[in-house]
Amino acid sequence: MEQKFIDLFKETLEIEDREIEMTDTFRDYDEWDSLGLLSLIAMIDEEYDLIIESNTFQTLETVADVHNYIKSKTV
Amino acid sequence: MAFQKIQNVKVVGVSACVPNHIVDNSKLEMLGTPKDISKFIETTGIAKRHTVGSEKICTSDLCFQAAEKLIEDLNWQKKEIDCFIFVTQTPDYILPSTSCILQDRLGLSTDCFVLEVSLGCSGWVYGMATIAQFLTSGNFKKGLLLVGDTVTVTKSDRDKSTYPLFGDAGTATALEYCEKATPMYFQLSTDGKNHKAIIIEDGGFRNFFSEESLVIKEREPGIFRNNLQSYLNGTDVFIFGITKAPKSINSLLENFDIDKEEVDYFVFHQANKLMTEKIRKKIKVGPEKVPYSLDEYGNTSSASIPLTIVAKLRDEVTKNKKKIVTCGFGVGLSWGSIYFETDSIICPEIIKYNLNK
Repeated sequence: MEQKFIDLFKETLEIEDREIEMTDTFRDYDEWDSLGLLSLIAMIDEEYDLIIESNTFQTLETVADVHNYIKSKTV
Repeated sequence: MAFQKIQNVKVVGVSACVPNHIVDNSKLEMLGTPKDISKFIETTGIAKRHTVGSEKICTSDLCFQAAEKLIEDLNWQKKEIDCFIFVTQTPDYILPSTSCILQDRLGLSTDCFVLEVSLGCSGWVYGMATIAQFLTSGNFKKGLLLVGDTVTVTKSDRDKSTYPLFGDAGTATALEYCEKATPMYFQLSTDGKNHKAIIIEDGGFRNFFSEESLVIKEREPGIFRNNLQSYLNGTDVFIFGITKAPKSINSLLENFDIDKEEVDYFVFHQANKLMTEKIRKKIKVGPEKVPYSLDEYGNTSSASIPLTIVAKLRDEVTKNKKKIVTCGFGVGLSWGSIYFETDSIICPEIIKYNLNK
């Protein structure tokens, strides 16, 4: 599930030239912007049937934080 | 949930008028590099927008020309129009109500029932629900619903979170009392808890206009606006739209036992493609049933549903019987859906605003 999530994350933010790590702080990515945030919210809703509210999203810093949050809500 | 079934009312015509001035998003430097620009256009679906620009054109002007053309094509006598509703959040004045000004300008009878409704993206849906209620009893026979906004006037051209998304338009919808009409169905909701998600803070009576209202401040890095310009919380509104709109449509279909497969078109408020495609996938309908006018006109607030019908379904609705579901959602927060049927309605081509009329 972890690799699938990393792939989806990369694809959603259209990161094409490199690999990403679970420990990355995603807001530091060059590709990160407000449309990226919306695309990510949409992807998580589509793939995991989970809406992450913006207040909650603000507390998540790394790719792993997002992944762990999804796991905690969908198990 | 608020559900309405309305008998004896049929839609007989729809028209739309847009300003001539076009903003081409592909040339908008505020969006960043050429790569950023193409990503923006691809994600939002918004390539161009018709805006009032520097002309002093109000919503009432656009709606007036849409109405004149529709009334003429319908062969209606103006004195027969006994119910007139105007929906906008960009009126001519704080007072009087612009609906009164339009009653006179259109030459409607002083005995016509006239009302103004203040709603944005859900405005056409609520306007339809309201005018249908007045017509259903047969007390009124001919109803004119004018719906539109010039929201671009309320956007800061240094706010890339809102400025590239919006266009301006005015529309007219004509309805008649008709005992043979198939029923119209409505689902309507409101959640004022999130009223600050889309707001113009100053200039009303809560925060009266002051010198401070004009001070342009940096709200987020690179985003500048004053308090007379509208704020939009993109993330909250996005989550709202992709959650509430599908629920509204699904509950409408379920409550009134409407077969989704029988519906010819689902016309959504044209917010942006990321949002509306998400809504489309959630209600599980194919792209061939969901028309878009976003590419050419952007998000035109309350006008977007009738504008899309005119821009994209004109051939279909003028020649055939069609079953249509529409869904409006946004500022308020307010949202709702309609199911209605049309049978060879009057639908003139999109009118380009004539400055000399």
